[in-house]
Amino acid sequence: MSHVLLRHRDIPDLNTLSVYKKNGGFAAFKKAVSKMQPNEVTDVVKNSGLRGRGGAGFPTGMKWSFIDNKNWPHYVVANADESEPGTFKDREIMESNPFQFLEGLAIASYAVGATVAYIYLRGEFWQVAAFLDEKIAEMEEAGFLGDNLFGTEYSLKIFTHLGAGAYICGEETALLESLEGKRGQPRVRPPFPPSYGLYGKPTIINNVETFTNVPMILANGADWYKSMGTADSSGVKIFSLSGRVRKPGNYELPFGTTFRQLIYEYGMGVQDGRPVKAIMPAGASSSLIVVDDKVLDTPMDYATVRTLGADLGSASVIVLDDTVDIDWVVNKTIHFFKHESCGKCTPCREGNYWMRNLTERIHSGAGSQGDVDLLLNVAKQMQGKCLCALGEFSTMAVVTGIERFPQDFKKAVKA
Amino acid sequence: MSLDKKYPKEIKQLLAKYPPEHKRSAVMPLLYLAQREEGYVNKEAMQDIARILDITETEVASIVGFYSLYHDKKAGKYRMQVCTDLPCALRGADEFLNNLCENLGIKVGETTEDGLVTLESVMCLAACDRAPMFQTQGPDGIKYHEYMTVDRTMELIDALKKAEKEGKE
Amino acid sequence: MTKQVSLTINGTQVTVPEGTLVVDAAKMAGIDIPVFCHHPKLEPVGMCRMCLVEIGRPMLDRTTGQVVMENGQPKIQFMPKLETACTNRVSEGMVVMTLSDKAKDGQQGTVEFLLTSHPLDCPVCDKGGECPLQNLTMGFGPGKSRFIYDEKLHLEKQVPLGELIWLDRERCIQCARCIRFQDEIAGEAVLGFDERGRNTQIVSLSDPGFDSVFSGNTTDICPVGALTTADFRFGARPWELKAQASICTQCPVGCNTTLNTRREAKSGGDIVVKRVMPRQNEEVNEIWLCDKGRFAYHYAESKKRLTKPLVRKDEKLARASWDAAVKLAAENFSANKKDFVVLASGRLANEDLFNLKSLADTAGGKAILYSDMAGGELTRLVGVGAGTNIGTMGAGDVILVVASDLYEEAPIWWLRVKQAADRGATLIVANPRATKLDRFAKYTIRYAYGDEIKTIHDFEKKSKISDEFAKAKNAIVFFGSDGLGVSGTGALASACANLLKDTEHVGRPNNGLIGVWQRANDQGAFEIGFEPEEDLAKALKGKSVYIVGADPVGDDPNLAKALNGAKFVAVQDILETETTEIADVVFPAQAFTEREGTFVSGERRVQRFYAAVPAQGDSKPDFAITSMVAKQMGVILEGSSPSVVFDILSHSIDAFNELTYEKLAELHGQWPIVGRGDLYYGGTTYENTQGLGVQLMPVAQVEGTVKLSKVRKEAALRPKEKELLAVPVNKLYDLGVTIASAELLEQRIGDVYVSMHSATAKKLDVEVGSLVKLSFDGVNGEAVVKIDDTISTGVVLVPRSMGIAIHEPTLAKVK
Ligand SMILES: Cc1cc2nc3c(=O)[nH]c(=O)nc-3n(C[C@H](O)[C@H](O)[C@H](O)COP(=O)(O)O)c2cc1C
Ligand code: SF4
Ligand code: FES
Repeated sequence: MSHVLLRHRDIPDLNTLSVYKKNGGFAAFKKAVSKMQPNEVTDVVKNSGLRGRGGAGFPTGMKWSFIDNKNWPHYVVANADESEPGTFKDREIMESNPFQFLEGLAIASYAVGATVAYIYLRGEFWQVAAFLDEKIAEMEEAGFLGDNLFGTEYSLKIFTHLGAGAYICGEETALLESLEGKRGQPRVRPPFPPSYGLYGKPTIINNVETFTNVPMILANGADWYKSMGTADSSGVKIFSLSGRVRKPGNYELPFGTTFRQLIYEYGMGVQDGRPVKAIMPAGASSSLIVVDDKVLDTPMDYATVRTLGADLGSASVIVLDDTVDIDWVVNKTIHFFKHESCGKCTPCREGNYWMRNLTERIHSGAGSQGDVDLLLNVAKQMQGKCLCALGEFSTMAVVTGIERFPQDFKKAVKA
Repeated sequence: MSLDKKYPKEIKQLLAKYPPEHKRSAVMPLLYLAQREEGYVNKEAMQDIARILDITETEVASIVGFYSLYHDKKAGKYRMQVCTDLPCALRGADEFLNNLCENLGIKVGETTEDGLVTLESVMCLAACDRAPMFQTQGPDGIKYHEYMTVDRTMELIDALKKAEKEGKE
Repeated sequence: MTKQVSLTINGTQVTVPEGTLVVDAAKMAGIDIPVFCHHPKLEPVGMCRMCLVEIGRPMLDRTTGQVVMENGQPKIQFMPKLETACTNRVSEGMVVMTLSDKAKDGQQGTVEFLLTSHPLDCPVCDKGGECPLQNLTMGFGPGKSRFIYDEKLHLEKQVPLGELIWLDRERCIQCARCIRFQDEIAGEAVLGFDERGRNTQIVSLSDPGFDSVFSGNTTDICPVGALTTADFRFGARPWELKAQASICTQCPVGCNTTLNTRREAKSGGDIVVKRVMPRQNEEVNEIWLCDKGRFAYHYAESKKRLTKPLVRKDEKLARASWDAAVKLAAENFSANKKDFVVLASGRLANEDLFNLKSLADTAGGKAILYSDMAGGELTRLVGVGAGTNIGTMGAGDVILVVASDLYEEAPIWWLRVKQAADRGATLIVANPRATKLDRFAKYTIRYAYGDEIKTIHDFEKKSKISDEFAKAKNAIVFFGSDGLGVSGTGALASACANLLKDTEHVGRPNNGLIGVWQRANDQGAFEIGFEPEEDLAKALKGKSVYIVGADPVGDDPNLAKALNGAKFVAVQDILETETTEIADVVFPAQAFTEREGTFVSGERRVQRFYAAVPAQGDSKPDFAITSMVAKQMGVILEGSSPSVVFDILSHSIDAFNELTYEKLAELHGQWPIVGRGDLYYGGTTYENTQGLGVQLMPVAQVEGTVKLSKVRKEAALRPKEKELLAVPVNKLYDLGVTIASAELLEQRIGDVYVSMHSATAKKLDVEVGSLVKLSFDGVNGEAVVKIDDTISTGVVLVPRSMGIAIHEPTLAKVK
């Protein structure tokens, strides 16, 4: 099957404007701007069943339709913060198939009436940003960005903006704060960005991968897109596969592909042929799934993965084999969250500091079962009380780790 | 020399990205600019940025403090930031970093004697499938180095050393 | 009227305005939801997670949009998670539970999390006893710590953020109230967070540190002992303090204060003032104070206090009995009836000024106000209408500030005007140089010194600005003395009054004229009939003078000369001054902390202050001393009870409309509710229990119309090619007697300086920071040069009360 998003894998030099154009590039954008009303574009996206690829899986067309048309100007922001441990798909898109992403961003901007769009990249994507700047300049040169596009009234500018090392800036309201030149700390919601976003103006924020779907959906129609994937999760998804597999990497597959297919067919199985012990389907923010045959044969879509007691999230599948101690995993994830907690709200700021002390103690062998119980209790005490989802994320591996892999913790405190 | 005297063209370009009434948005790009030469943001630069953007120096400092890629203290010319987060660690990043420390004779957080390289351990850099890996943060921005081994890293450092020497001559 | 919404909180039905936050609605109903980051004056942020409650809302049928009913009651749908009461707004039929097991569990969790990082130094903490965290720990906290003490993050403990405010990093709970106050309310973002996560810490990089005149307020709203004032730090325990209502004496805003007092061994067992705290008056200062008002009170305890009457004997001042001193003064005043002059300042209370004026009138003398500003007869006519509250001004209203640097002259007005602009009021700042208010102005008008009257007259011409002013729903004009003396301010006041009248902005609340006077009770002095003199030296020369609450000799060599040529000088003051040194008789007066009285603020609000500490030595209240002197001269004036003096005053002066002390002590409900047992809600600010005062009606409001005379033509003094014009400007921290003795503020007072345009400096061949000699009109002084390119060329600004006597624009020489 040919790719929908990672098309550069099928078409060499797709990151050059001429090749991209030759392969149907910007036809969808042109069609939208010159032949369609903005809400018609939104409707196609709505009908395609496309859901956000940033983690929450929110229906994209519905989000666009929430834009507040009483308050102007509007903005569109691409979330290219990609900082979830285990996620590396947006980077590949931007590096290798940049025009499709930019075209999707442009179509979205047209659909919601934005004349300025920003791409917020994590600071580490310095080279990617420079590359995108080049591509944006080429588009301007070729008349795909700028004033009076395709001879219409519509104008659009796209700018890149680099973050500077803060996972929390992937959270959409923290991202907006950061883009406004402030500390990247989440805002109280509601109001949500479609009514109160960048500079207090209605704003649509989507993930890079989400945007990259859009030109193909517009070109081939909603039904074509819906014909892939499952009823709950239509279309294709890029799975970032990492951890103890032989061939880690990005795999674009329809929703509904099983874990087994991903790990064994595409990832070529586990290193040293060992068994899979656990899977984290959504990076470090993920619940730990205890793996057995039934789990391996579970299709990956938003609804079905939930039946395993985990969220599919950004589909960054981290594979853990039986050599990995879960107390070590939990120590790693807490180390990450303690480092990345923005410090705005009490439970996350204090809870992660406290949990880090406990996981260190437990993992170093100085802990007791009491410490394990306390760790579980502290994590639960945080749940449902934080200002944003980061605090919640930080507890997932802890709670599921202790509850689903008690023997690993017993071993750790005994040793 | 003040930042706006040194980089008038760059600053103008950066400010043009944002609505004039929201020029504060340019604080992050301006901080990268300020950090370009010395690898850290000094007090004068913070004052310059505050003046250019019409905010207080405290507000600028508060941004520097929040983001991990801004530094308010001098370190090595290149910060070598090894990802040791969970996915990389599952692929040997911790051992890689340890070996690197031994080879360089420094601990994490320390700088080589010649002041060229500071070794740091950082969180996920979105290159989990290409571990061990690190990025270098230096005068020419941030660069990724993937599928690394200790040998290839030492080669890189030697090349940096050589370039440094030639640059000085 | 805003729509009302009904909801149930803990089973109690509550009706509040639409848009109210759940936490505030609870407060209105007498239910306290614990908070740390929420403050009723700040925007909601929901970050501390202390106010977690259960919130349910009536369930709506998806298809019909109708409320689903169950057993005749709306079916309530509760959120699966706890919600923050400080960010959720009320809605019809909402059900809130703040005491359910789930809610309590959430609140306890937050307290436990906070305590993991909090030091256990309550016994030595200034906030101990008035600490919300301490109180909430008692109420909600865990009995026993599950967190290992050794793993606490240890941070710096005594960090000066400047010389006024200290930070204890360990005690900080990162609620950001201080940062948000500085940013949202004070508009001076000089505090910020450094780092992130558990390392988040407060920093200030300004120079000087924490560079804001509102800094003290952050210590009131800090919900723990992280921020303390250098003044009160380790000074006393809150529970040892007594509280007495007072009024700030530093400027014409008239902020309501509370004096906290304690008997102290250090002070020889005397009862002393330990700190000045704001007292809520939403129409005056809300719950804020500026740092000058908070820290400058020390002058009343100065070593220079006069405690005994003094009489000149053999060229020297010697202690005398009250009888002897009073007799000497009275004899001299009586003997020189034709030449009798009373010179008094707006530092005095109404009762004092009234007795002085009565004495002058019956003895045929003249009553002069010691001031560089005139125009008080106009604020009597077209001052702001009774019912004025700048806190209610916003979109559609206009505020014009002319010839005044409000930040330096009346900080709380600055704050309130800035906030009115934030709410959408059109702010017009007309000043010859840049001021801190410009940032918030929709229009800034920069005129040359000397063009004040013309600038106001231009409002009569057609322009965007004048149009907006004329059409405004409400308009207030603040006029000041930046670059102006008595005659200039008089003319400016007249021009402003005419503008307000012509545009029908008089005689109503939130409309009219406000004088940015130099002293707290100048307005009262004007009401009572005092007037300033254009040529004070001339008016004093060869006279028999009764000087009260003023130091003309120390202020101005020309006045010193004039007084040396006086027939007789009696001085009545609380401190020794250069003027007391040349006096024939000196009367020791009581400080405002030691007696009762009333002031009239610039907004013409009459407010009471009360005695908080015992009088020093044999000092007496001013009005009583005057009554003694009067009696000797055969004039009977009330001298024992200030309330009786006030009664007589209010029956003889129309504007006071038979007001009484009782009326001034009246209260009405104020929002937000602060200062009650739950210190976490509003901070340690004091609730007002002793009176909100009464605003006087201007003539335009009483009579519905007013007659104004034409504006006097002022010849603008402008420097010619080779001349240099020195103009006076006002500075917050100056060398005036009421602040010079407050040690803490010394650094902020700084050097004597003059400022000028860089081109002027170049022409004069002087550099920034160099010392220059300045001379004019018999005055000589030395000052450091500052550059300000917003000043017109050929002009040098000289701050008042900084050692170089300047009252009005004059031609000067600089070397
Ligand atoms: C802590 C945190 C980190 C996040 N990081 C990212 C990220 O790196 N990239 C991303 O696209 N979305 C991220 N999200 C999700 C965004 O908040 C947001 O839901 C998303 O950008 C919406 O786009 P979508 O609808 O296309 O998924 C993060 C959310 C949280 C709470
Ligand atoms: S949950 Fe964590 S990251 Fe989110 S607001 Fe709270 S402190 Fe910040
Ligand atoms: S979160 Fe509500 S008071 Fe802080």
